[in-house]
Amino acid sequence: MVPVSYYVALAAILFTMGAIGVLIRRNSIVIFMSIELMLNAANLAFVAFAQAYDAINGQIFVFFVITVAAAEVAVGLALIVAIFRTRQSINVDEINELRG
Amino acid sequence: MTPDLIAFIILALVAIVCAIGMLVSKNAVYSALFLILNFVTIALFYLFLGAPFLAMIQVTVYAGAIMVLFLFVIMLLGVQTLEEDATLKWQRPVAILLGAVLFLETAYIFFARSEQTSTAVTEFRALLATAGNPESAGLMLFNQYLLPFEVTSVLLLVAMIGAIVLTKKEEA
Repeated sequence: MVPVSYYVALAAILFTMGAIGVLIRRNSIVIFMSIELMLNAANLAFVAFAQAYDAINGQIFVFFVITVAAAEVAVGLALIVAIFRTRQSINVDEINELRG
Repeated sequence: MTPDLIAFIILALVAIVCAIGMLVSKNAVYSALFLILNFVTIALFYLFLGAPFLAMIQVTVYAGAIMVLFLFVIMLLGVQTLEEDATLKWQRPVAILLGAVLFLETAYIFFARSEQTSTAVTEFRALLATAGNPESAGLMLFNQYLLPFEVTSVLLLVAMIGAIVLTKKEEA
């Protein structure tokens, strides 16, 4: 039986890596993937604590997080496609104006 | 070292190496593939934690649907490689430093409170057998969480319409 602290430590490591990815990468699709990594780290912590406290609510919450992530990815990638059409680039340093 | 712990350590190493690979890959397709492997290891962690329903959702929705969408957009736009000459030269070391600080903060908060959590872990082992199966998850979802569930369906509809409107070509 693996203690819950190990799972939370792993979730912390993965979340930190996602945050670093958002900060150091310039490709907006990779930045988006880093955000997904952070969401997954949070989900892992949720499930670990749900098991530790024998409360299934944590698992239900992960279910909702995954659904919202799917909706977010659909809209976010649509935005990236629309931005690429007008600016021919997805480098976040070049996308610094609201008007296309 | 119990077999559980050995399996956990191996899978954790795979997950961390995949996350690092995602961060440093120059090619966005490789980043996406590393992330898929990371999601699969997290699905295996869900199985360890007694949540088989979530493990299946993780594989089908995350590793399947979401990452296929990512790969599709990467290849559609042809942006596999993006030369990343950082406009701000100092940004990368500062980002890594701040990431280290964030990790230390989370580690401190967690280990400062680890006494309370570790006692609770051992007490509820016996009740875990039914906690994660699809039946109990479904009962919870359709009784206590019925309203959020319905709101989520509206959210998905809005996201679908939004994605269609955003990517539609402007016609004069």
